[in-house]
Amino acid sequence: MSDNGNIASPELRNDDVLLDVQHLTKLFAAETNFFGKATSYVHAVDDVSFQIKRGEAFGLVGESGCGKTTVGKMLVNLLRPTSGKIIFDGKDLTAMKDSERKSYCKDIQLIFQDPYASLNPRMRIGDIIAEPMIANNIVPKDKVEARVNELLECVGLANYMRNRYPHEFSGGQRQRVGIARALAVNPKLIVCDEPVSALDVSIQAQVLNLLDDLKEEFGLTYLFIAHGLNVVKHVSDRVGVMYLGRIMEIAPKRSLYADPLSPYTQALLSAIPAVDSKSKRERIILQGDVPSPIDPPPGCRFAGRCFKRLGVCGNSVPELREVKENHRCACHLYDPELPPTEEMTRAAR
Amino acid sequence: MLLEVKSLCTEFPVKRGVVRAVDDVSFEVSEGEILAIVGESGSGKSVTSLSIMGLLAEPGHVAGGEMTFDGKDLVHLSEKEYREMRGNDMAMIFQEPMTSLNPVYRIGDQIVEAIRTHEKVSKKEALTRAIDLLRKVGIPSPEARVRDYPHQMSGGMRQRVMIAMALACNPKLLIADEPTTALDVTIQAQILDLLRRLREDTDMAVLLITHDLGVVSEIADRVVVMYCGQVVEEAEVRLLFDNPMHPYTLGLLKSIPRLEDDDSKRLYMIKGMVPNPLEMPPGCHFSDRCDSCMQVCRERMPELVQVGDHKVRCFLYEEQDGHAKDAAEVKANEEKAREAIEAAREVSTAEALIEGDVAREAEEGGADER
Repeated sequence: MSDNGNIASPELRNDDVLLDVQHLTKLFAAETNFFGKATSYVHAVDDVSFQIKRGEAFGLVGESGCGKTTVGKMLVNLLRPTSGKIIFDGKDLTAMKDSERKSYCKDIQLIFQDPYASLNPRMRIGDIIAEPMIANNIVPKDKVEARVNELLECVGLANYMRNRYPHEFSGGQRQRVGIARALAVNPKLIVCDEPVSALDVSIQAQVLNLLDDLKEEFGLTYLFIAHGLNVVKHVSDRVGVMYLGRIMEIAPKRSLYADPLSPYTQALLSAIPAVDSKSKRERIILQGDVPSPIDPPPGCRFAGRCFKRLGVCGNSVPELREVKENHRCACHLYDPELPPTEEMTRAAR
Repeated sequence: MLLEVKSLCTEFPVKRGVVRAVDDVSFEVSEGEILAIVGESGSGKSVTSLSIMGLLAEPGHVAGGEMTFDGKDLVHLSEKEYREMRGNDMAMIFQEPMTSLNPVYRIGDQIVEAIRTHEKVSKKEALTRAIDLLRKVGIPSPEARVRDYPHQMSGGMRQRVMIAMALACNPKLLIADEPTTALDVTIQAQILDLLRRLREDTDMAVLLITHDLGVVSEIADRVVVMYCGQVVEEAEVRLLFDNPMHPYTLGLLKSIPRLEDDDSKRLYMIKGMVPNPLEMPPGCHFSDRCDSCMQVCRERMPELVQVGDHKVRCFLYEEQDGHAKDAAEVKANEEKAREAIEAAREVSTAEALIEGDVAREAEEGGADER
């Protein structure tokens, strides 16, 4: 396995880093033999490294099956990584014993994609929001009620709604309850797993604005997982693009959208339907489907669908290397050891 | 005109009253045209398409209006006549390709079934046609894939199979209900490209039902915007996107995060949420959420009036007598609606949300008392 992206950009190499994910890998057994031993694996997340600074919103984008949700689940301890490290606030979470790890759970909270499935239908929303506070002993019992009211107000719900059940709420309101529950334990990092993709357009804007406001108010750090680059652009400071378990490109938002380096990012950007007639883009239509993540072929994961494929792409995995300032990309087009390509000269300019 | 829908009303009787899911909806689709119906969940766009296909689930029924397809009256068609027409003259594809294909039959057999239901051809001939159709929708090595079961294919492939099946009898009208919603963006681009090519090759009309304005702008010729069962605006696609008139259309367009936007600005949000269909506000259905709401909007329902090249249902553009205002006033009011939206952008999210919720609660409380 190539040494993939341990090299942090210099500006990130300091105490500002809240989360440092190093070579994270998760394999799921796809088939097992007679003795229950795995014979082939789904490479859900393969050697993924990235860092998130305090107060930053990091967007993780990719199509279904690219492993973005698996990354989120490993961060909140719903899944155990096969290998790699998760360093949170200077402590290696993956090396901890369960009992020790538990005390860090409250610092990383998750907002789920489906607001219909993630709230217990038999609990009143006041209790749903209070439960994590009581379980983690965040506030004394007699102050819980006041804190619930405060949280409801933060997410734009009126106090008197606390005695209602989830079914009485619309999708957008439920998602706001989910956000209040995540905030209840004063987390440092919130993993938002496609928080708006199940909502209507007009409601999406409400939730995105709310997340933006809360970030400022409480100084939160977000890992924002989404499948569309347009949603992420609005909320993130830096963006990582994943494909079939690997990171293809990481860059500050401005740089990524203005000058996407990886052909996959270029295709992903061009696939977003344009709403304005003024902004019609050249469309890149990728051929074929995302290949199976079970024992993926050697070489670049994207090689089979890539429209700028080189001979080398099918054999060797491109390293994630810094092509421009803070802009890293895993693609052979930018490999200094290969003959220079058109893209490389353009990026160098 | 291929399809004409005039003042269609579709109702669902429920315990607490009657839900009018489609309320006085009129539109036309001509040969070879792609008409998009856009709306959020609950706007009645899917029920409209099901009414046209005669696929409404009990106790839903068409309560009024006329539908003519290719000269035939659809409202009074018998179930048998409908069966002959569905899949033959008009076909439909659905959002979720996995649930609309039969998992225990090979896809080839399913396409053959569709062909042989409507035409007297041998199995062998039908299978050859199925393979041709699969090739036409861009499935690689169709001779082999025709023997696949649905679970052996990806989501995008399944949607292609659905399209192949819909095309089997060369329909004049294809109703596509959220054809790309369940797919990834790169696959969505493939399917939209396919629909565009098919339209060019076959001159088939498409009625596209979607909530995604991006998809509409990519592929449609004309757009109908629906809100709470009513048509609120109708226009040519470029006109609608470049110059939206109804505050709802304007708000929808403003609330989509776009790549070109300046992200330091907050997203515009339409406050509140879609009202309960049993407790609609008395005047305009959108009045509670509208930033340009006036007194008259809370009292009466505006009519859908022709304003320039648009049809729009809003008192900003309508005189009291059901006629459009003059051009100067229309222009001024358009400007006003835009300014109202820009002003609303600055309000704190939590406050705006609480206000929206409380307004709605008050509305519902009032309705309960009545």
